[in-house]
Amino acid sequence: MIPAAADMKALVQVEDLAKTFDVSGPWLNRVVERKPRQFVHAVDGVSFSIPKGQTLALVGESGCGKSTVARLLVGLYAPTRGSVHFGGHDTAKLKGAELRSLRRRMQMIFQDPYASLNPRWKVLDIVGEPLREHGLAQGGDALRDQVGELLRSVGLAAADCVKFPHQFSGGQRQRISIARALATEPEFLVCDEPTSALDVSVQAQVLNIMQDLQHRQGLTYLFISHNLAVVRHVADEVGVMYLGRLVEQAPKKSLFSQPRHPYTRMLLDAIPDIHMSGRARTPVQGEVPNPLNPPQGCAFHPRCPHANARCSSERPALRTIAGIRVACHAVEEGRI
Amino acid sequence: MAPPPLLEVKNLRVEFPTRRGTLLALDDISFDIAPGEVLGVVGESGAGKSLTGAAIIGLLDPPGRIASGEIRLAGQRIDNLPYEKMRQLRGRRIGAIFQDPLTSLNPLYTIGRQLVETIQTHLPVDAGEARARAIRLLQETGIPAAEQRIDQYPHQFSGGMRQRVVIALALAAEPQLIVADEPTTALDVSIQAQIIALLKRLCREHGAAIMLVTHDMGVIAETCDRVAVLYAGRVAEIGPVQDVIHRPRHPYTAGLMGSIPAMDEDRERLLQIDGAMPRLNAIPAGCAFNPRCPQVMARCRSERPELVDAGATRAACWLVHEAVSS
Repeated sequence: MIPAAADMKALVQVEDLAKTFDVSGPWLNRVVERKPRQFVHAVDGVSFSIPKGQTLALVGESGCGKSTVARLLVGLYAPTRGSVHFGGHDTAKLKGAELRSLRRRMQMIFQDPYASLNPRWKVLDIVGEPLREHGLAQGGDALRDQVGELLRSVGLAAADCVKFPHQFSGGQRQRISIARALATEPEFLVCDEPTSALDVSVQAQVLNIMQDLQHRQGLTYLFISHNLAVVRHVADEVGVMYLGRLVEQAPKKSLFSQPRHPYTRMLLDAIPDIHMSGRARTPVQGEVPNPLNPPQGCAFHPRCPHANARCSSERPALRTIAGIRVACHAVEEGRI
Repeated sequence: MAPPPLLEVKNLRVEFPTRRGTLLALDDISFDIAPGEVLGVVGESGAGKSLTGAAIIGLLDPPGRIASGEIRLAGQRIDNLPYEKMRQLRGRRIGAIFQDPLTSLNPLYTIGRQLVETIQTHLPVDAGEARARAIRLLQETGIPAAEQRIDQYPHQFSGGMRQRVVIALALAAEPQLIVADEPTTALDVSIQAQIIALLKRLCREHGAAIMLVTHDMGVIAETCDRVAVLYAGRVAEIGPVQDVIHRPRHPYTAGLMGSIPAMDEDRERLLQIDGAMPRLNAIPAGCAFNPRCPQVMARCRSERPELVDAGATRAACWLVHEAVSS
């Protein structure tokens, strides 16, 4: 059962999305050393939908597959299984001009503003590239005007378009990335840790700009982050991922006030907060297991204080309990 | 009377001579750390927080050098020690923990060999005793099956486990002071909590003071006794952690606190400090923060404020000066 299937207002709808990477050794090594093929299930059966104008945040620790989900959504990876519907179209079935026009409607902002801008291009070319690519600007003057307008919308000056990326600070570069993503007037932005590389005061600037743009242009965001405080600030709905699977998805308010899944509780207990001085955090036991060899049953059971025999043998499905989607035997049985 | 400070940093200036003139990276930094105290040093990238740590442990990258000022450890000057003397002191009396646990361990040696080497360099013990000590240290840092794992290589450990090994290395010779430079930044939140708790517990047990350099105010809030806020190579504010967080006196500190999304309150917008930290070759005259300051006055643009007592904290701001003098 996919609860989101009936939701017609959803702009983005992801069903049973999975991505497997082949990490086997070279053929000769496999034959000589008699090693089997090895696969990493980076994303394994993830379903969610995002209503128009809303922000869904995906959180989790490194290696949980959140960035892979982002890349699957914008088409940088092809899914191994499952589908992505965007505005009612199945993205896998579109080809040629239709796919191009779809690409125009979704854009991505990457984590590292130092790596995602071509150092040899001027800002005019960087921000103007999507405009040229999609034939949205007629002639050089029009392009220049449009780029200037885009730069102004993110708080930079139109005159900045003759500069190179190295002439900007990290926060300004991330604004250039945002301007580039906005160039094609997309409806949907996938933001993969957009502020993780930035200082807090600059992070506040970028988050405020993203919020203003959402209000003004009705953008829909998928916001990927490991920082729960940032997620709490920007998101409407939050999905928590662990080892490639969604373990809990809930509206922001209930997730932060009443986390259900033991992993979510653990994450919330683990974050340091400036207002909780003196109160010791509850250090979590153990570490994220190796994704090459994930535990049987519920992937979280070796670290979970509520695990029992069922958790170590049977994998819990994501079920809707009181409006919250959670994959946990203990929650389902009412043990916690 | 308060106990004499373990570490005293007085009017420290660090500069980098370059072809286009000398860059002043640390400008007149003064603070001290009492025995067993945890001092946090925060600031945004480029504020000079890591550089302060590097100057204390004598590992400034050339051409960076200490231009003036002094650093004293338990009363003894350490900033002008010859290389060999400093090398003996480093590790023995001051331990260091760096951000990336992978690059601070040698990938070619087992962790046991690295620990034994460190212990034998600084303490007069034989190989067998050094190894026993190394195992004990690993057990203290919570590494399971330490007797077996001591003979493994760094790549066989996960990030969190490696950082535990680095902490064990830093504590190997029972130093009086640990300089920890962003020890948890490379780790996931769930591991971060474990490492911070471990660092605090071990330093308490071993009686070591910590200088914790980080950009994460959350970590500072739960770990430190006092905190120094750095901006453009200068101390903007220094004081007990609760006062700095809840009653900041310097506008920069106030802006920094307001820009952090909080877990327990809803804000429509984050407070933002416009602009960015100045580059080292373009530090404005007067107060370095004046172009970004919402409460800037004429005086801020020409005269540099000194740190002044303001209630529980000390802040370098003309507003505070005026409030104090009136």
